[in-house]
Amino acid sequence: MSRRWRQLLISAVVVPLASVVAGFLVGALAILVTGSDPIQAYSALFAGAFTNHNAAAETLVSSIPYVFLGLGVALGFRAGLFNIGAEGQFYVGALAGVFVAFSVHGLPGIVEVPLALLVGMAGGFFWAGIAGVLKATTGAHEVITTIMLNYISFLLASFLVNTKGLLLAPNVSTPRTPDVDPAAVLVTLIPGSRLHAGLLLALIAVPIVWFLIERTTIGFRIRAVGFNIDAARTAGISVRRTIVITMGLSGALAGLAGIVQVLGVNKHMTDTVAAGYGFDAIAVALLARSNPWGVLPAALLFGALRNGASFMQLETQVSSDLISIIQASVIVFVAAPVIVRWLLRLREAPVQTLQITQRDEVEATS
Amino acid sequence: MAELLQRIDLVGLLAATLVTATPLTLAALGGMMCERSGVVNIALEGIMLTGAFVGYAVAFTTHNLWLGVLAAMVAGTGIAAIHAVLSISLLVDQIVSGTVMNILAVGITGVFYRNFIEQATVAGPGTLPHWNVPLLSQIPVIGPIFFQNQFVTYAMLVLIVVVHFVLFRTRWGLRTRACGEHPRAAETAGINVYFVRYVNVIASGALGGLGGAYFSLQQIGNFLPNVTGGRGFIALAAMIVGKWTPLGAFLASLLFAGSDAVGSRLQIYGVHLPIQFLGMLPYVVTIVVVAGALGRAVAPAAVGRPYRKS
Repeated sequence: MSRRWRQLLISAVVVPLASVVAGFLVGALAILVTGSDPIQAYSALFAGAFTNHNAAAETLVSSIPYVFLGLGVALGFRAGLFNIGAEGQFYVGALAGVFVAFSVHGLPGIVEVPLALLVGMAGGFFWAGIAGVLKATTGAHEVITTIMLNYISFLLASFLVNTKGLLLAPNVSTPRTPDVDPAAVLVTLIPGSRLHAGLLLALIAVPIVWFLIERTTIGFRIRAVGFNIDAARTAGISVRRTIVITMGLSGALAGLAGIVQVLGVNKHMTDTVAAGYGFDAIAVALLARSNPWGVLPAALLFGALRNGASFMQLETQVSSDLISIIQASVIVFVAAPVIVRWLLRLREAPVQTLQITQRDEVEATS
Repeated sequence: MAELLQRIDLVGLLAATLVTATPLTLAALGGMMCERSGVVNIALEGIMLTGAFVGYAVAFTTHNLWLGVLAAMVAGTGIAAIHAVLSISLLVDQIVSGTVMNILAVGITGVFYRNFIEQATVAGPGTLPHWNVPLLSQIPVIGPIFFQNQFVTYAMLVLIVVVHFVLFRTRWGLRTRACGEHPRAAETAGINVYFVRYVNVIASGALGGLGGAYFSLQQIGNFLPNVTGGRGFIALAAMIVGKWTPLGAFLASLLFAGSDAVGSRLQIYGVHLPIQFLGMLPYVVTIVVVAGALGRAVAPAAVGRPYRKS
């Protein structure tokens, strides 16, 4: 095996896998400290994720939004943009899409589903685009603006879903939107489970985003801006436009996650539909090292953790928040591969840390 | 007119603003020490959350609120120390490291909350006492706003002055700023960049932890998951808007806290907006202000860049 392939194998497979194992070990330590049995807890986690009735299908269901969201955050990373607002863009996309899906009737599914998906993506594009425009024109850091936009979107969703004459369904006990038109529902893949056609969309989205980043002009610009803003500017790339477009596309993927979740799982929208998917997506993208193909296994892991955790909390005394400890540890090991290399005594390949955020601020004059 | 003024209760509004600004200012002061030395600290949210939890847990088990405050600060330094190792020694992207600390804080506080506090049936430790400063608290207007507060708010007022003095009037402050502006030059001048950065990051943990104690020990006398609700991020915005100076960050925190206080009182004032829009106010204000409504802010030149020793 050539040196280059060996290095690739180490950074793309060995380090992430070892990081996951190490993350679970740290989690086990936390379980021990709380006085529970790690083996028992992890058995329950595994059963809840894979072997219980329908658990494997449910794990896939949970992985679907992670794929879209992870792709979106990873896309931002490639341009050096840290989109922490995926959760909010998920909401806005879901809100925009669900409005179309429950108010448009009489169209065949082949038209209505893509229409709702497109509107959902547009919603996410717009919401993230706000942060992009602010960054490009005023230099306002996207980390701050996207977090603030998150809170605003939660309140916006709560307002729209709770207000008569807006999105509130008539005669419901808990506030929610009306059910979507039957034609807008994503079909179930396995009868008796909740696994829906969103899985196929997620599987298609991965190569599309890969192609977009690696083989198109806009992808080249995104990577150039992420690599070196000054060089990109000197080469004649409009940094501002690239930032706005990248943020928008990142948000569009998050919005797609939102509307797919609504059309595939909930069939209507409440103001708690996202429940943390967007925040986990940051970890998904980091674990994938911003590589679209890496998003698939990372999303699967997070889907499994999410499902397994609720069963674990039910069966043992361990809180489902344990998976946050596992996730945080996994990212630490991925982001600081020097630890894993040291643990595994992998001496070759220079130590390379994960550099994501921009080194240079955007000049307002560019 | 007099009736309107009475209904608005300006003194009450300003007093509430100062109290609400307390954790924002403390976290902003911490973020400032960090960033002045060249390290971004987006982990402040997690630091405050951990401080709030550990402070409460210790006060709960020892029945001593002051031990709780101390523990909150120690817990904050713990999270900050991990952030320091990752971002300074291991050269991890500082925003990634900070984000990880925030996730970790949610995990730690969630797991231990469920095991040790949620199921507890004994009464909590209560909140820190109100102290009226003799004489000063009797002054009309000024007294009720500044001199009838609880410990963390007084500490904040003192720390604004202390951090200003340290950053701009001491040798340590000069070294800190040198590391944040041009670490290579600082190193050449004989300053140990890593040491300066470590100390400042850990100090920011203590300040953030104290800010966390505000939530559990001063405000509500309890711990709830995610009790900090994004205040750590707003504090970072306050630091930026305040142009990385203690007084500026304090004024910016007052602006955010004021919009919060006004938002929650608008209905009393007879303004009938949907409650969600009132809740949006501080977040919208943050965006508008960060986007440059108060002029462009310039960060320390080397902030966010890992420094590799030559």
